[in-house]
Amino acid sequence: MTDLVQLESEILDQIAAAGDEAALEAVRVAALGKKGSISALLSTLGKMSPEERKTQGAAINLAKDKVTQALTARRDILKSAALDARLASETIDVTLPLRETPVEQGRIHPLSQVMDELTTIFADMGFAVAEGPDIETDDYNFTKLNFPEGHPAREMHDTFFFNPKEDGSRMLLRTHTSPVQVRTMLTQKPPIRIICPGRTYRIDSDATHTPQFHQVEGLVIDKGSHLGHLKWILHEFCKAFFEVDHINMRFRPSFFPFTEPSLEVDIQCRRDKGEIRFGEGEDWLEILGCGMVHPNVLRACDIDPDVYQGFAWGMGIDRIAMLKYGMSDLRQLFESDVRWLSHYGFRPLDVPTLAGGLSS
Amino acid sequence: MKFTLSWLKEHLDTDEPLEKLADKLTMIGLEVEHIEDKAKALAAFSIARVISAEQHPNADRLRVCMVDTGNGAAPVQVVCGAPNARAGLISVFSPPGTFIPGKNITLGVGTIRGVESRGMLCSAAELQISEDHDGIMELPTDAPIGAGYAQWARLGDPVIEINLTPNRQDCTGVHGIARDLSAADMGKFRDPGIKPIKGEFPCPVKVTVEDPALCPGFALRLVRGVKNGPSPAWLRERLTSIGLRPINALVDITNFMAYDRARPLHVFDAAKVKGNLTVRHARDGEKLLALDGRTYTLDSSVCVIAADHGVESLAGIMGGEASGCDENTTDVLIESALWNEINIAQTGRKLGINSDARYRFERGVDPAFMVPGLEMATRLVMELCGGSPSESVVVGKQFGEDRVIDFPLTEVKRLAGIDPPISEMKRILTHLGFMMAGQGPVVKIAVPSWRTDVQGKADIVEEIVRIVGVDKVPMTPFERGDEPRKPILSAIQLRTRRAKRALAARGMVETVTWSFIAKPAAELFGGGQAELALANPIASDLSDMRPSLLPGLVAATQANNDRGFADVALFEVGQIFSGDRPQDQFIAAAGIRHGFASGKGIGRHWSGTAAADAFDAKADAFAVLAAAGAPMQALQIVPGGVSWLHPGRSGTIQIGPQNVLGYFGELHPRAAEALDADGPLIAFEVILDRIPDAKQKPTRAKPVLELSAFQPVSRDFAFIIDRGVRAGDIVRAAQGVDKKLITSVTVFDVYEGKGIDDGKKSIAIAVTIQPREKTLTDQEIDAVAAKIVAEVTRKTGGSLRA
Repeated sequence: MTDLVQLESEILDQIAAAGDEAALEAVRVAALGKKGSISALLSTLGKMSPEERKTQGAAINLAKDKVTQALTARRDILKSAALDARLASETIDVTLPLRETPVEQGRIHPLSQVMDELTTIFADMGFAVAEGPDIETDDYNFTKLNFPEGHPAREMHDTFFFNPKEDGSRMLLRTHTSPVQVRTMLTQKPPIRIICPGRTYRIDSDATHTPQFHQVEGLVIDKGSHLGHLKWILHEFCKAFFEVDHINMRFRPSFFPFTEPSLEVDIQCRRDKGEIRFGEGEDWLEILGCGMVHPNVLRACDIDPDVYQGFAWGMGIDRIAMLKYGMSDLRQLFESDVRWLSHYGFRPLDVPTLAGGLSS
Repeated sequence: MKFTLSWLKEHLDTDEPLEKLADKLTMIGLEVEHIEDKAKALAAFSIARVISAEQHPNADRLRVCMVDTGNGAAPVQVVCGAPNARAGLISVFSPPGTFIPGKNITLGVGTIRGVESRGMLCSAAELQISEDHDGIMELPTDAPIGAGYAQWARLGDPVIEINLTPNRQDCTGVHGIARDLSAADMGKFRDPGIKPIKGEFPCPVKVTVEDPALCPGFALRLVRGVKNGPSPAWLRERLTSIGLRPINALVDITNFMAYDRARPLHVFDAAKVKGNLTVRHARDGEKLLALDGRTYTLDSSVCVIAADHGVESLAGIMGGEASGCDENTTDVLIESALWNEINIAQTGRKLGINSDARYRFERGVDPAFMVPGLEMATRLVMELCGGSPSESVVVGKQFGEDRVIDFPLTEVKRLAGIDPPISEMKRILTHLGFMMAGQGPVVKIAVPSWRTDVQGKADIVEEIVRIVGVDKVPMTPFERGDEPRKPILSAIQLRTRRAKRALAARGMVETVTWSFIAKPAAELFGGGQAELALANPIASDLSDMRPSLLPGLVAATQANNDRGFADVALFEVGQIFSGDRPQDQFIAAAGIRHGFASGKGIGRHWSGTAAADAFDAKADAFAVLAAAGAPMQALQIVPGGVSWLHPGRSGTIQIGPQNVLGYFGELHPRAAEALDADGPLIAFEVILDRIPDAKQKPTRAKPVLELSAFQPVSRDFAFIIDRGVRAGDIVRAAQGVDKKLITSVTVFDVYEGKGIDDGKKSIAIAVTIQPREKTLTDQEIDAVAAKIVAEVTRKTGGSLRA
């Protein structure tokens, strides 16, 4: 009996002393393995008398249970300590700065963003988007738009021309997106509701002019649209585009060859340290030209001006983009300076929507 | 067009304040650009007398003056630094609170070297009425103390400048502006009419017009025995008030007529003109010393008035120096003519002359006023210079045409959305000089001769709307009706949008470069055709329409590099040109990466720094194609392709050899050098128009998804192959073994070097086998694997790596 008590005590000491799981396993094998000390005691039971076996058996099994429990408890402790040690060794420096993801670094040019904004607003009003070539004929760019012969815009110092062809005609770079209106009227039956955004060209280069720029024009042709509708559309557009609740607009009679009556449109604003606020202030800022499509233009596009009527407008996309987003120098739009593009550009996922806001 | 308020009031009987008149001008289409109102700006400046001027106790150069500001006020103490400040001087005083325009400050009460100063005595420069800043102004002793200086100095007449649209020639004269304002209820138009002057003898000078197309009318009259000299004060003031320089009475009369009545005239000194006058084309090489002191060399496109000595005047633009009138002129020929507008404009542009005459003639003057204009000018000459007039010589048949427009009154409502009563329409038109006959529904409207711009019904609508006021047109909601809400963007518009967002999402920055580039750059990229070269480029490096977006992007990248930003990824989506027809214009998407601007991110980073390489460009191109809806499975990659890319590090993306969608790779070092750019530059370009249109489907439902119940099996293979063999061929060979079972083949390792023979490489692929109907047995899987090895070996000449 003393042997058993001593053996149990020795084994429990060894368990407590085991420093890792391997040492603990060695203790287990030495005690409970096939040739282990407790296993050896158990194997002596067969030679004992039934009475002796009863008392001894109970005592040995009790010792075995104690050892088994001690092994399990010790194993849990050692396992937990080993995990703690491993985790401690795996420490990383979480203050290391992240790399900006491509989605954060990429930019959409303000002109693209503003074109998407325009499209969104006018699509809601039922307008389609029409486009046409940059290289145009004199006929589509001027003649069909009622520009008289000898009009200064037709001169080499205002318009980019290509060299004359054998038949004497010469192509040019469109000076406005109005040829797209002509192409649409020639190929599509009224009612027509389109906007024509695109790149346009004039010989001009100074602080407020670049030889290429962008325009968006609108055209409505049907049997009942008049100046009152035109005013409403432009008013709604300006409120939506500049994202203000109200805006004061001034429609002034003016002159363009392709519209009659013709109007220029100013919006009221306040200039404050380079920032422009709309819907308040004392200044008037001219932003677009418009009018009822001239009967001569309709006739040139095979539309009877006594049956059909409509209006058109045009504005500079570069200009309204600059006004809205506070860009001061037109030329920077085309200078590809990544500092400027990163600052004024838009994130790729900032897609303008009416539901979520145009610019936010 | 500039005029003063008092000048306007000569033609318009009105009590309306300036602000209201100006607003009305703008609202009827005569946009006021600027009002210079000296009376308002200088209202606080008054005439004052210096009572005493004592030496300042603490400053040598200053004086302490007591100033009588008039109206019985107590004398004011002013410290003044002007050397001419002295007792008894009458000068100009401004009290504290006055804005001093010449100094751009608002005056306050100051203490100067210990002496209080309550105002300022002013120089002319401080009032911005002249450059003179040598001391304070010295006014005559009879100037009224206490009176407003601007009023006393007759600076009180506000100058109004309007931005005249090219259709309104009638408003190049104050008379016409007054007529418009009277129609807009701003006062009563004064139009007393012009009485003809009876000639006392026949005009001795004959006139021949060789080309009536250039000169539809010409009227001439001689006035003998005039005495030319300075104009009277009223005329000189009129001219100086709008910035014109008075010269002598005869010349001043012509300038006055231009601004007052939109009628440019010319006066010749009859003694200096020998023989009769001929209106003709100039002869090539003929010269004229004009009144501006410059000598012009003419050609046959220029219309001139010539006499025996040759050219005397540039018709409708500027007179000649030799026949000009001066104080010795005793006999004067007055010319009032009509000229071809286009010819005047072209000649003026060609010779670079912007004269008041050209400004009016190129807009087209009132033809019916040619003769009355001559009468009015003759009367002025006789009034100011005396003399006896000849009869007039008038060449030409008809001066102006009768225009009558049949006008349905409903047209106003139809086009403008307002419906003014017929009486109002009639009132407006009558005030503007139109005549309206009939009660409707269609009336006849006669157009006055000076409104050459009014040709049709829409023009009449404009006249009525602008005078009623565009602000009276009610905003009318523009209903979109029950049109279906369909997407409005075309396929190419949608591709353009998506390509931009896809590239930006890859960390690239969108830019917009010029549509025109330098010819050598265009040629380098397959362009430079004659029909795409501008005849009048703005600069030699902006001369040819771009055949590719890459030259512009390379230049943009280099510009950033030069600014110190080397790691850039730029892209552009825009038009490129292969010819001058509409179908030769395409939308391309292109990008350039430079430095550490790889697909992983821009710049160096602890997590990994990679220079951009051809695979970044390939990924960019594929991102565009995927976003734009290209059939990705159908794309083929062919090594090499275009001459401006590295032959061994570039590829062409195509769907069969007939449809090349784009290319990618490293820019050829020779191309980079030709564009003055520091390589390596990584480039791609995809032509969005070449992507085949997706098939239209009747519904938006996606195809039914089939999910297999059986686990996929993956097997890896490594092959040793010749270095020149393409990975794409191995993938295709493996895939081709069983298109149903093999759902993916990926390349997970490419190795050359130790352990692999020279000239060979190892490529490892992972093949996914997806059982469809039952779990595959090991034998079945082994059979597929054996086929893959056999097929790859057969197609590529490689062997399974041991």
